[in-house]
Amino acid sequence: MIARIARMDRKLRTALLAVLGICFMSGLGWASIPLYRMFCQATGLNGTTQRGTVAPGAVKNHQIRIDFDTNVAPHMPWKFLPENPYDTVDVGARDMAFFTARNTSNKPITGTATFNVTPAQAGKYFTKIQCFCFTQQTLQPGETARMPVIFFVDPKILQDPDASDVETITLSYTFYPVDSAKAKS
Amino acid sequence: MTDTALTPSAFEAHHDDAHAHDTHEMSFFARWFMSTNHKDIGTLYLIFAIVAGIIGGGISGLMRAELAHPGIQYLGYWASFLPGGEQGLDHSLHLWNVLITAHGLIMVFFMVMPAMIGGFGNWFVPIMIGAPDMAFPRMNNVSFWLLIPAFTLLLASPFFGGAGNGWTLYAPLSTYGEPGPSTDMAILALHLAGASSILGAINFITTIFNMRAPGMTLHKMPLFVWSVLVTAFLLLLALPVLAAAITMLLTDRNFGTTFFDPAGGGDPVLYQHLFWFFGHPEVYIMILPGFGIVSQVISTFSKKPVFGYLGMAYAMVAIGVVGFVVWAHHMFTTGLSVNTKMYFTAATMVIAVPTGIKIFSWIATMWGGSLTFKTPMLWAIGFIFMFTVGGVTGVVLANGGIDDYMQDSYYVVAHFHYVLSLGAVFSLFCGFYYWFPKMSGKMYNEFLGQVHYWVFFLGVNVMFFPMHFLGLQNMQRRVPDYADALAQWNWVASIGYMIMAASMVVFFVNVIMSLMSGKKAGDSPWGEGATTLEWTLSSPPPYHQFETLPRID
Repeated sequence: MIARIARMDRKLRTALLAVLGICFMSGLGWASIPLYRMFCQATGLNGTTQRGTVAPGAVKNHQIRIDFDTNVAPHMPWKFLPENPYDTVDVGARDMAFFTARNTSNKPITGTATFNVTPAQAGKYFTKIQCFCFTQQTLQPGETARMPVIFFVDPKILQDPDASDVETITLSYTFYPVDSAKAKS
Repeated sequence: MTDTALTPSAFEAHHDDAHAHDTHEMSFFARWFMSTNHKDIGTLYLIFAIVAGIIGGGISGLMRAELAHPGIQYLGYWASFLPGGEQGLDHSLHLWNVLITAHGLIMVFFMVMPAMIGGFGNWFVPIMIGAPDMAFPRMNNVSFWLLIPAFTLLLASPFFGGAGNGWTLYAPLSTYGEPGPSTDMAILALHLAGASSILGAINFITTIFNMRAPGMTLHKMPLFVWSVLVTAFLLLLALPVLAAAITMLLTDRNFGTTFFDPAGGGDPVLYQHLFWFFGHPEVYIMILPGFGIVSQVISTFSKKPVFGYLGMAYAMVAIGVVGFVVWAHHMFTTGLSVNTKMYFTAATMVIAVPTGIKIFSWIATMWGGSLTFKTPMLWAIGFIFMFTVGGVTGVVLANGGIDDYMQDSYYVVAHFHYVLSLGAVFSLFCGFYYWFPKMSGKMYNEFLGQVHYWVFFLGVNVMFFPMHFLGLQNMQRRVPDYADALAQWNWVASIGYMIMAASMVVFFVNVIMSLMSGKKAGDSPWGEGATTLEWTLSSPPPYHQFETLPRID
């Protein structure tokens, strides 16, 4: 291969190298989709939250307020609200919050929730142990469901100079309908 | 450019008849529609760019008419001309979005790029390096003719509802915000224009690396060739990313993918990252060939080689490299962390260093030179002035903290029109007047050329300078209405448009008159200052030049 390229016409060789450059940059363009996701998860960019299993335990005298924000996509016939508008939790302690969703239409609807936190620099430290947003939720006509989220705020937030002054974290959810064709694939 | 001592006697290039024997047998169709000649293709590109410039400039005239007074005066009336157009506020506002989108896309992809790279690049890169033609002449033809369907798609899109996404085509407006075929048409237009530019870039890189005349080392190449080489690399590396991003837009729109749709796990902000990874190099793609043209002209009319040739060449390389790592300064308000903003602010300001090297080297070239203020030189000096004003406001906007306040205001509009509308366009006119005698064999009218320059200079400054004030008072871009308090400066800006438009009449009169009855141009009408190879050929050059390669000592 290399020997063949070396023997090629010089113009064709340059053009071939240029085409390789184009292919590489196209590949980078498409690879940006998984790369960006990995980057967001690693750095908490755009308020991407983390997943964990065990809460490290409460840090004394450090409390943080968690505001809950709920949305549904336009035209989605669900009512979706937090049971409490906010919780005050100890940093590092496990907390559970409940949301209720009701299907106001007369047919079953499956939804999936996207989520993030503000301020964005808190994303790295907001860790969910369990969440209704990890799976799809189906509500029958008129059905109401209570949906829990179990989370903690990582005590490392207290050491981060960019995030140590955060006193309130807003956790936001938006429910989108899952299109049945897409759900299968 | 180094003071290239030429030995023109070594090659036979002086035909009195521009259209040498072998063009006599070609039919009009064969010569202009199946052309593989770099000069003919360059001419086609220039004609195309002028047509696109008239359309894009006409659209800005519509916008300045609407913005001349507060309130919405004409948009509803204009909207009624489009199919399905009813009068109503939504239709008026949508038409406004369509106009700004069309103006941006046309000026970037169908005016500046074809003129700079396709037009002057095709015409003069092969000649300046002593090559007979481009490396792949038939691919060159494909590059040009891809632009025609691209432009047709874009111009037809308003009749199918209109693409009103802005030239950036941000998701989600461009994914599920605007159904109908027109946005797909605009995206496909970009695909085709992008393919055209990528093919052109391969062609330029191959030509410049392999087809230089004996003795024409990389470090002896004229700066215009350097600028096109750097531009071709930027095109090669930036456009595939745009192609990927807008292909994702198409599949999101039509095939149910969710690359940029949070409902399916995508992120619209990722589109902005991809777009600006292309978009920032794109602004250098538009201005770098202008740097090259201005370098040639300043050197010619100062009768001196360019000051700091190597610094000038590598400043362009540096601008190209750094241009790839500053993209998020277009996205300061998308929720970047403080540290990210700090990096992008600093990296952006770094670009001011190589740019400053270029500005000061141009001034140093003029310093102590034997200056003549012919029309091209006026445009070159005007370019330096305009680009410096635009560069200074660019350094202001580079600050993430200030940008939070300035984002999407008319201050930004003023900034990028000073560097592009005035920077790039001044360098285009500069190159046009400089090379017009070479390309056509006729001299332009010097008086009309200078009238064009001064009236244009006055017009664009009256038009764009007040936009700084409007932006600082928070007039938002992409909105056809504004607070009454901003009426005065908007009215002034619209007057500026009319002055600029009047100067364009002078330009076209000059071009037509000169083509019909201009004085015959000699081989080197600019005298001893013009040291590059194109001035050793006849005006216009023979259909095939350098059948015997020139030798550069």
